[in-house]
Amino acid sequence: MAVHDTTPVQEIILSVLVENRSGVLSQVVGLFSARGFNIDSLAVGETEDPTMSRITLVSHGDKRTLEQIKKQLNKLIDVIKVQDLTEEECIDRELVLAKLKASPALKEALAGLARHYKIHVVEENSKIICLECTETRENRKKIFEKFKEFGIVEIAQTGAVALSKKPPKE
Amino acid sequence: MIGARAVVEAFTKEKVEYVFGLPGGACLPLFDALYDAKFKVILVRHEQGAVHMAEGYARSTGKAGVVVVTSGPGATNTVTGIADAYMDSIPLVVITGQVKSFLIGNDAFQEADVTGITRPITKYNYLVKNVNDLPRVIKEAFYLATHGRPGPVLIDFPSDISLAELDFHYPDTVNIRGFKPKVEGHPGQIKRAAKLITESKRPVIYTGGGVIISGAAKELLELVEKTKAPCTNTLMGLGGVPGTHPLFMGMLGMHGTVYANRAVNECDLLIAVGARFDDRVTGDLKKFAPHAKIIHVDVDPSAIAKNVKVDVPIVGDVKQVLQELNKIVEPGDTKDWVLQIEKWKQENPLRYTDDSTGVRPQYAIQKLCEILGSDAIVTTDVGQHQMWAAQYYKLSGPNQFLTSGGLGTMGYGFPAAIGAQFAFPHKTVLCISGDGSIQMNIQEMATAVVNKLPVKIAIINNNYLGMVRQWQEKFYNHRYSSSEMSGNPDFVKLAEAYGGAGIRVDKKADVEKAIRWSQTITDRPCIIDFAVTEEENVYPMIPSGKSFDEIIDMA
Repeated sequence: MAVHDTTPVQEIILSVLVENRSGVLSQVVGLFSARGFNIDSLAVGETEDPTMSRITLVSHGDKRTLEQIKKQLNKLIDVIKVQDLTEEECIDRELVLAKLKASPALKEALAGLARHYKIHVVEENSKIICLECTETRENRKKIFEKFKEFGIVEIAQTGAVALSKKPPKE
Repeated sequence: MIGARAVVEAFTKEKVEYVFGLPGGACLPLFDALYDAKFKVILVRHEQGAVHMAEGYARSTGKAGVVVVTSGPGATNTVTGIADAYMDSIPLVVITGQVKSFLIGNDAFQEADVTGITRPITKYNYLVKNVNDLPRVIKEAFYLATHGRPGPVLIDFPSDISLAELDFHYPDTVNIRGFKPKVEGHPGQIKRAAKLITESKRPVIYTGGGVIISGAAKELLELVEKTKAPCTNTLMGLGGVPGTHPLFMGMLGMHGTVYANRAVNECDLLIAVGARFDDRVTGDLKKFAPHAKIIHVDVDPSAIAKNVKVDVPIVGDVKQVLQELNKIVEPGDTKDWVLQIEKWKQENPLRYTDDSTGVRPQYAIQKLCEILGSDAIVTTDVGQHQMWAAQYYKLSGPNQFLTSGGLGTMGYGFPAAIGAQFAFPHKTVLCISGDGSIQMNIQEMATAVVNKLPVKIAIINNNYLGMVRQWQEKFYNHRYSSSEMSGNPDFVKLAEAYGGAGIRVDKKADVEKAIRWSQTITDRPCIIDFAVTEEENVYPMIPSGKSFDEIIDMA
């Protein structure tokens, strides 16, 4: 008995509602470093209620670690609610801004990519093409691979933001 | 009213009896207001001492301990104590002075980012930037410190805010939307637990500090006696059941009794109550309680299933859960099991090789217990003497054994004893310490002398950092690297220099006499310096990370 069996590493998306106060982000991030948890991405923004912020946090670990992450987050006084979006249907998006080397081949490829993904050109000249792409995490990874083929000059990405699809309680 | 005055008013509303602290620039306004306070303000000699005193007060009374210190170094000196309280779930409210709010971030004189430094070691902390928040902040601080799993709460208090004017209204209630601890256990889970207990032939009740904190010693005793399930305590849980109870097996874990560890190893059901499966208890987790189902009761959901898989988790206040459990639980058939454990107790009792003339540490502690009694409050420092105290000082009840369990802080014992003696002026308060540990907060002799506290300090003096030496002997081929305490002072003269009393004992024949003499000292602290066998080891011992199979009963 006793120990936890090692389970495969899974990904988790958490939506964490917190008090909108200074120091809260530091508490959350500090918890992850102090307990050796991973953060793959983290995005924070104020909610419809200005006293609260929503943190969307992507992490990974085995089952026990993921349980501990949720419990330890819940233990923080400034955490109001922890929602595990991996357990329900959710919408997730990431924003990528990419600066690529301009080339005829890229322009041609972009026309094709734009048919499948939410991607458009925001700046263009003879040397570079800047793209904006808002996509799911899964698609973002695929697009990222494509971009690499054309030579990325610079790239900036937000972490994932996500919401549950659940309707409000009547 | 100014902010500083508001703090004093709020403390009065919270029925604070003692504030432990030391003033400095950034908290001069606050100390000026404290000058008129109805409660007592105790000047310490080092801020770490203040925190441990507050811990001693908190652990012996169950109420929050209160500390006030200045900014910068004053605040950083409290860090060890705060971390200690956090690990052992001790309710504290610590106010640290801070530089003027408009100077924060400017590397001002005696500035430190105290909320940043203490964030991982406090249950919560505040930086007060608006004086109007102060009453709510203090109300919340006391509430957070004492509710759910208790812990230290820090308030960083800039000096200009302490001089700012406010309209003082102390709130009656708190509303923290992120803090709603669950106190009632799930009835279905409690029923499942009761069923497992009834079905079990070989149950063991394993209890920790949670029993003491929630005041559940009575309920625990009822459970033990009703179910006839043998009980073992962690270091933090000692006093949860009387030390002499026939179903009590002593402490478990690294230096626990052979029979308690064997019982855990053989049991079919482990009922963990207010304990957290710490590595000093479990050793090799894979081999811990290998045949047992596990019931785990704890107020902190994150403590459950952190280290081990649990069959019946029950989140709730230990006292309430045990009350409900006691109502419905039916005893199982444990007769053979109890007999078996009785046999193990005979086979491998807790014992040591006595000496005809010299002082064995275990003997000194047994005599202390015999003479000063099982009703005394006993604090310890950290190391060999701490384990011997846990093994040989049999206490009658909860809130009497105050020791640094989680953090293992040398220097904890003496100031904690001072805090407990303030809380219980008429009780015998004994600090069992080592020659290494006592020197880490010896300066508080002055605090004890000034306040005429008859704290007794038994130094188990082996001229070594004894536990370090023991490990070096066992695992590092007798290479005593930096563990010999050459240069120890004459502790009797040291006590006398502070205005306390002292006596040195180096013969077995003098042990009793010296302890009885210490009882005649009633108006000042008294050191009994026991010169004990230098290379005595603590047994039994399960080496770090090992299992019961590798227990060493005696050398």
